[in-house]
Amino acid sequence: MTMKVGTRQVDGVTLVDCSGRITLGEGSVILRDTVRDLLSKGNKKIVLNLADVNYIDSSGIGELVSAFTTTKNQGGELKLLNLTKKVNDLLQITKLYTVFDVKDDEAAAVKSFK
Amino acid sequence: MAMTDQRVSYTLDSSLETIDSCEEKATRVAADLGFGDDEVMQISMAVREGAVNAVLHGNNYASDKKVTLAFERSGDELVITIRDQGKGMDLSKIPNPLAPENLLKTSGRGIFLMRSFMDVVEIRPSSTGTELKLIKHVHGPTAGGKEASQ
Repeated sequence: MTMKVGTRQVDGVTLVDCSGRITLGEGSVILRDTVRDLLSKGNKKIVLNLADVNYIDSSGIGELVSAFTTTKNQGGELKLLNLTKKVNDLLQITKLYTVFDVKDDEAAAVKSFK
Repeated sequence: MAMTDQRVSYTLDSSLETIDSCEEKATRVAADLGFGDDEVMQISMAVREGAVNAVLHGNNYASDKKVTLAFERSGDELVITIRDQGKGMDLSKIPNPLAPENLLKTSGRGIFLMRSFMDVVEIRPSSTGTELKLIKHVHGPTAGGKEASQ
């Protein structure tokens, strides 16, 4: 149930491998802290790999939006990778699919940064 | 939980644990009633969002305020009621989360998700708390999965 994250660098892009649930409480906090930590260290090209995220609630959606806008406001870019069907459906019905740059291939996601 | 008596209710603290507990109970009830996997997820997520509203926005985590959760099988409907003891939600202050100017807001999607996932959502605010009623048809025309965008 716990949200876990791991980060790795590929060609100057930080990939954040997330697993578990991004929900109100610990999951949202972990995501928020991770993104803020990356930005504070100058890592402004961020890809959230959500392949192993099987559940997001409205608070988790809000945290994704916050991560996106915080990164953008600091001159960076945050993209999403490998959405599960549940998460994809949620982004569709909330119209956030039009906001996020969503990728389904890691290499393409990395290359897409200018 | 077995719904042999057609109605089961719980009185719960205003805590994060209550939110998870409400979701787990809803998952179990929905599965026991024979809903499909997608509908079970929809029901459990709607209940989770309702519980979040009750614990956070209603009771504001107050230790002396309770959340009540009830499941009732009524005919062909699963009726779920969540009550809090807060000041009552002002529905007029809830913006449309799909409006372009609100897309990047970090909150305000809970009720929208409930309405997307359930057949009926009724919210009755009062000075002594808010009552939320969520209804899903057990074997209705939408049993195969309601289009979330409707």
